[in-house]
Amino acid sequence: MIDVQQITKRYGQHTAIDRVTFSVAKGEVLAFLGPNGAGKTTTMRILTCFMPPTEGRATVAGFDCLDQPLEVKRRIGYLPETPPVYQELTVDEYLRFVGRLRGLAGAMLTTAMSREIERLGLGSVQHRLIGNLSRGYRQRVGLAQALIHDPPVLILDEPTVGLDPKQIIEIRELIKSLAGSHSVILSTHILPEATAVCQRVVIISSGRIVAEDTPDRLSTRLRHSEKIALTLTRAPADVEAQLRQVDGVLQVHANGPTGHFLLETQLGKDVRENIARLTVTSNWGLVELKLISMTLEDVFLKLTRHEEGLPQNTGPATAPAGDVNRKGMDVPS
Amino acid sequence: MTPVNTLIAKELRSYFVSPVVYVVGAVFLLIVGLLAYIYIVFTGAQAIQLMQVQGQAQINLNDLVFRNLFSSIRFVLLLVLPILTMRLFAEEKKLRTFEFLMTSPIGLNEIVAGKFVSVFVLFLGLLGLTGLIPLTLALFSDFDWYPIFTGYLGLVLLGALFLSVGVLASALTENQIVAAFVSFGLLLFLWLLAGIGTLLGDTAAGQVISYLSFMEHYDHLVRGLIDTRDLVYFASALILMLFLTHRVVDSTRWK
Repeated sequence: MIDVQQITKRYGQHTAIDRVTFSVAKGEVLAFLGPNGAGKTTTMRILTCFMPPTEGRATVAGFDCLDQPLEVKRRIGYLPETPPVYQELTVDEYLRFVGRLRGLAGAMLTTAMSREIERLGLGSVQHRLIGNLSRGYRQRVGLAQALIHDPPVLILDEPTVGLDPKQIIEIRELIKSLAGSHSVILSTHILPEATAVCQRVVIISSGRIVAEDTPDRLSTRLRHSEKIALTLTRAPADVEAQLRQVDGVLQVHANGPTGHFLLETQLGKDVRENIARLTVTSNWGLVELKLISMTLEDVFLKLTRHEEGLPQNTGPATAPAGDVNRKGMDVPS
Repeated sequence: MTPVNTLIAKELRSYFVSPVVYVVGAVFLLIVGLLAYIYIVFTGAQAIQLMQVQGQAQINLNDLVFRNLFSSIRFVLLLVLPILTMRLFAEEKKLRTFEFLMTSPIGLNEIVAGKFVSVFVLFLGLLGLTGLIPLTLALFSDFDWYPIFTGYLGLVLLGALFLSVGVLASALTENQIVAAFVSFGLLLFLWLLAGIGTLLGDTAAGQVISYLSFMEHYDHLVRGLIDTRDLVYFASALILMLFLTHRVVDSTRWK
């Protein structure tokens, strides 16, 4: 549906994106992940035919962005970083304007408008001026605008910014429900969003793609060791030495308050059973034993920090230690 | 509705929900009305004087009222029209709707045309209201309608030129005040070209420079002369300004 080949964009001396290549299949949801200024918005602007690339070519639904921009634009729903709303119009007027601009008319327009108003929960504000709406509502109006002509391709630049947690979940559900029938690219720097919504993640840093895979495989691929969080209520003084005796355990660190430990273990060796046996038979008061896999956040930090010249081999330890409470993904070993 | 009509309807809607149009329209009509009043009273005083001296008076309203009025409106338009055009592109850029418009399935020609036509329609509406002045005068006196029509034709063409300069200025910046001042500057420059042309006298350079100013072309129409050269001037100036606007808007994408 979307095919990007070797696109480069330069602003004078500055290279915003450098030979970016990726593609999105029909019905796929792709997350574009990267720190601010990585080139996410530039890539999206090229795909929406807002600006031409310096080199390379991009096609959407088989149409070239340079040669047939109108055909591309008809097939794209685009939500820029700032919702593009006219403050002096009401929600109704605005959606009618956008619908007509995209070629809807008559009964089709009415149906499309009521569908989006319902889908995005805009019923209570549809006769109000957009200028008087809160940030969250404007964002939703912006999404309604992108969806109104039911385009096969959706390009959403940080779609959940400015929404409250309940709305964020609703929007994520909405995006998930679009998967299958629509191809979606969404940019974000909120990592759980990428894991929650997307089938594939492209991590971009300083204008280059540094990784591209499913969220699960990205974190597996980049793991060098596994970690286990262990909490004991009656740990003896020599507990660290004794734990190190267990086959497969590489390192033991005290982790936070007394009784909390972080164990680094060999990759591919599940030591949890042995540790459980040891702690229970020694009566150390085992209360927690948990495998911590590398979250996408660790992967992200690692990949994007590496760009700035930090050593690559620091492993997941580059992420703040003691992240037991962080939302971790369970990776099958 | 085609995309252009949709855009025109939306622009007009935006104009009428903002106070700018009402304030600008009121000031424009007030000043034009006041000018008309002054010229009429002045003409009336002259008529009374002539009556006292000669016992009878032949007063030509076309010369004494309308020509003066058409000349003065020119200046009022120069002050008023940039205020109407300044928002057209500058506001879109400022409020980040520009990107939306450029990624909508509507061509750049259509965007430029839609913006221009919307403000032109607004201007025609305002100008139409000044038509009450000759209509009212016609109730009480006789005058020749032909120069009134050519004068209005001149105003329409002049207004279109001023508006196209304003649209261009608005495309150049995202600041509306800057847009208004750039159009004031450009229009005053076009005005002053006439003065420079006169200074240079009857030389080739003088004639070329005079031709570039809208002054003599407009004057011909106000005097009741319809000359193809003048129509060509207005048409080509309008097309040039809209073409430049197209280039400027297009180039903002490349930056």
